Amino acid sequence: MHIVTALIAGLIFGIGLIVSGMTDPAKVTGFLDLAGNWNPSLAFVMAGAILIEFPVFRFIGTRKQSLTGAPLRLPTDTRIDRRLIAGALLFGAGWGLAGYCPGPALASLTTGSMKPVLFTIAMLAGMAIFEILERVAAARKRTASSARGD
Amino acid sequence: MMLLASRRGRILRTLSIQEDNHMTIDWAGFTPWTSLAGGLLIGLAVALLILLNGRIAGISGILGGLLRPSKGDVFWRVAFVAGLIGAPLAYGLAASLPTVTIEAGTPTLIIAGLLVGLGTRYGSGCTSGHGVCGLSRLSVRSLAATITFMAAGFVTVFVVRHVLG
Repeated sequence: MHIVTALIAGLIFGIGLIVSGMTDPAKVTGFLDLAGNWNPSLAFVMAGAILIEFPVFRFIGTRKQSLTGAPLRLPTDTRIDRRLIAGALLFGAGWGLAGYCPGPALASLTTGSMKPVLFTIAMLAGMAIFEILERVAAARKRTASSARGD
Repeated sequence: MMLLASRRGRILRTLSIQEDNHMTIDWAGFTPWTSLAGGLLIGLAVALLILLNGRIAGISGILGGLLRPSKGDVFWRVAFVAGLIGAPLAYGLAASLPTVTIEAGTPTLIIAGLLVGLGTRYGSGCTSGHGVCGLSRLSVRSLAATITFMAAGFVTVFVVRHVLG
């Protein structure tokens, strides 16, 4: 059941990305080019999505479960730390360089162009590097705390 | 005299850069209605996932979670990603796909992909998780992330197009 709804949600999300223009990197960099020939279209994508999301999250926030009884997994982290800001800086730089963020890259994989495929492979590699660094950091922490005799 | 001439040239060049840099609106590429419609569809998809599955539709988080698989948490992620990947095929059944322009070459795509992959995982989200879901939840953390990645995007495009380009 949850697999079917996830598939449908993914499909609608992807079609929304195509309709909105987010899968056109030139449009994305046009939006980010404040000093040039600015294309404000993508502000309307965000506005459209938030228009629906704002009441939905207000409603779901009053509940303990989803409508089908699945546990609600809402983020609880409120920290604004170096990790968040450094990560957002790296992401924004990559987004500005190619004009792809993760969703539109995935929703361009079956269009026949090799460019989004290449971008996605590099993106997955970046995510894998993150996992490796996290594991190394966790292992180092464990060794340090066992050396202290914690 | 030569020094003066070269300084004058530099000032003129700087002035001409500034002249190129004042903002114009790309009316030809401005698509408020289709962009709004696409945004509403994205909103609908996010609503489905939170209302039915109890999950936040943050693409980088859903994808990244597959690289850290835990039992019972894999298939819905695969299904969502499969839906995203299949979207152009479904769209293509009804209409021809919009033409896109990808200016980036191979090295740029690789560097950008690595930055996006690493950055979205360290920053716990991307345009969808922070930009759409987080802002709708009035999360200050997501607002901080969104302002930061937008600013980084603006600066990157400025440097690539108007300083180096």
